[in-house]
Amino acid sequence: MSAMRQRYPEHFQRFGRDRFVMAAIGVGLFALLIYAMGRLGFFDGTLLSGLGRLFEIVGLMLPPDPGSWAHVKTYSISLLETVAIALLGTLSAAVLALPVALLAARNVTAQRVVRFLSRRSLDTIRSVDILVWALIWINVVGLGPFAGALAIMTADIGSFGKLFSEAIEAADRKPVEGITSAGGSHIFGIRFGILPEVFPVLMSQVLYYFESNTRSASIIGIVGAGGIGLHLAEAIRTLELQQTSFIVLMILVAVAAIDFLSSQLRFAMIGRRGGVSV
Amino acid sequence: MSTHVVRLPEAQLQPLLAVYNASVRSRRRHTLLILACVAVAMLLASISAEVSLSKLAENIHRFPSYIVRLFFLENGQPVWTDFGEWFWGLQRWLRLLGETLLMAYVGTVLGAGVAFVLAFLAAANVAPSRWLRIIVRRFGEVCRTVPTLVLALIFVISFGLGPMAGVLAVIVHTFGVLTKLFAEVIENIDMKPVEGVSSTGSPWHVAMRFGALPQVMSNFTSYTLLRFEINVREAAVMGFVGAGGIGQDLVEAIRKFYYSDVSAILVLILLTVAVIDMLTSKARHRLIGLEGKP
Repeated sequence: MSAMRQRYPEHFQRFGRDRFVMAAIGVGLFALLIYAMGRLGFFDGTLLSGLGRLFEIVGLMLPPDPGSWAHVKTYSISLLETVAIALLGTLSAAVLALPVALLAARNVTAQRVVRFLSRRSLDTIRSVDILVWALIWINVVGLGPFAGALAIMTADIGSFGKLFSEAIEAADRKPVEGITSAGGSHIFGIRFGILPEVFPVLMSQVLYYFESNTRSASIIGIVGAGGIGLHLAEAIRTLELQQTSFIVLMILVAVAAIDFLSSQLRFAMIGRRGGVSV
Repeated sequence: MSTHVVRLPEAQLQPLLAVYNASVRSRRRHTLLILACVAVAMLLASISAEVSLSKLAENIHRFPSYIVRLFFLENGQPVWTDFGEWFWGLQRWLRLLGETLLMAYVGTVLGAGVAFVLAFLAAANVAPSRWLRIIVRRFGEVCRTVPTLVLALIFVISFGLGPMAGVLAVIVHTFGVLTKLFAEVIENIDMKPVEGVSSTGSPWHVAMRFGALPQVMSNFTSYTLLRFEINVREAAVMGFVGAGGIGQDLVEAIRKFYYSDVSAILVLILLTVAVIDMLTSKARHRLIGLEGKP
C-alpha cells in the first residue's frame, strides 16, 4: 500500500492542485448564479407571487377547449399553413444552400478566398435569429405566410450551408480520384463522385430540419409572419386560456406527426442505424 | 503495356445489357416519381402559404436596400463615420446584453441542474422504476416541444413583463432538451462499473455516483456548454414578447424603423454570440482533450 502511495502520490492526495482549481471554479460559478438570480428578481417575491398566478392560469387552461367549431376550422387551416411554411422554407433553403455549401467545402473549392467568403456569409446568416429575418421579410413582401416561408428559408440557408459543407468534406476522396483518373472533369467528379455519396446524409438533415422548422413556423406568427402563431399569441393576450391550450395541443400533435413521418422517411433512406449525428 | 478488354459474345451480352438498362430505367422512374411528389407538395404548400412570385419579384429590391439602409445614420452618412452616433445607446444596450447573458446563464444552470437529477430516472438502463421513467420522459417531451416564446408569453401573464418570465421559459426548455440528451448519454454507458458498485451492496444513489457519474460527466458538461450557446441566442429574442433582455430594444428599433439602431444592436448581439461560441468551444475541446488522458 505504501509502495503504491509512493509511486502514485497524485492519486492519494486528498486536495491536489486540480481539485483546488475545480473547487474554485465551482464556487465562482455558484456565486455568479446567486448574483444573477438576485439581479433577475428571484428573491424579491416576484417568483412566489407569480408562481401562485401561474398555477391559477394553468388551472384555467384545463380542459383544452376551442370554444366553437368555427375556431377549430380556422385553427386547422392555419396549422396547415404553418406546415406549408415549414415545407416551403426547408426545401427551398436546401436547394439554394447546396451550391453555397459546395463553394464552402474544402475538397471542392480550392480557392481560399471564395471558401472564406462563403463561410463567413453563412455564419452571419446563421447568427441572426429567425424572428429578425421574419421582421425584415415583412418589410419586403408584407405581412403574411409568404414572409414566414422566406424567413425560414433565409435562416436555413445558413444552417444547411454549414451542415452540407461539413458532410461534403467528410466524403470519401477515392470515387473522385477514380473519376478524375478516367478523364472526368472536376464537375463530373462532384456530380458522380461526391453527390451520390452525400445525398442521403443531406436528405436526412433536411428531413430533420423540417420537423424543427414546423416548431419555428408556429411561432413566427407572433410577429405577423403567418401560421398558427398569430392565433396563439392572440388567444394568450386576450386570456382565452382554454383556446390557448387547445392550440398548443394541436401544435404538439402536428409536430409529433411530422417527427414520426420524417424519421420513418429517414430510416427508409439511410437505414435504422445510419450514422448521421444532429 | 497493352490492355485487352474482354468482350463477351453478343448472345451473352444482350440479355445482360437488357437487364442493366431495365434497372437504370426503373431507378430513373423511381426518382422522377419522388420528384413529382415533392413538386406537388411544394405546389400545394405555396398555395396555402400565399406565395406570390410576382410580389417577390416586384419587391425583392427592397431586401438589399433595407440591409444597406441599416448601415446609414439618420443624417444620411454611413454608420462608420460616426461611432458615437451609431452606438448612441451603448450603455443601455450593454446593460440589456448583460441581462440577456445572465438570463441565459441562470436558465442553463438551473435547467441543466434539474435535468441532471431527472435524467437518471429517465434512462432505461438505470431507472429505478418503469412508471417514473415514462412520466419523466413524457414531461420532458412536452417541455421541449412547446416553443420557448409561447412559454414566455404565458409566463409574462403570470410573472409580469421582465426577465423573470424569460428565464423561466429558458429553464423549462433547457430542462426538456437536456433530460433527453443526458438520458441518452446514460443509456450508452458501460454497465459493468455500476454492477460492480451495486454488488458490494451499495444503494442505488451510490451506484450512480461512483459507477455511472464518472462515465457521463464530461459529456454532460459538453452538452450543457453547447446548450448555453443556444440559450444566449434564445434569450436575445425573449424581449420580442416582453420577457426581458436586449430583444425588447431590437424589436422596437425594427418596428419603428430606427435603421442604424437595428444594425448597432445586431452587431452587438453577433459579437457577443461569437465570443461566447469561441469560449465555450474552447472549453469543450479542453474537456474532450482531458478525457483522452489517463
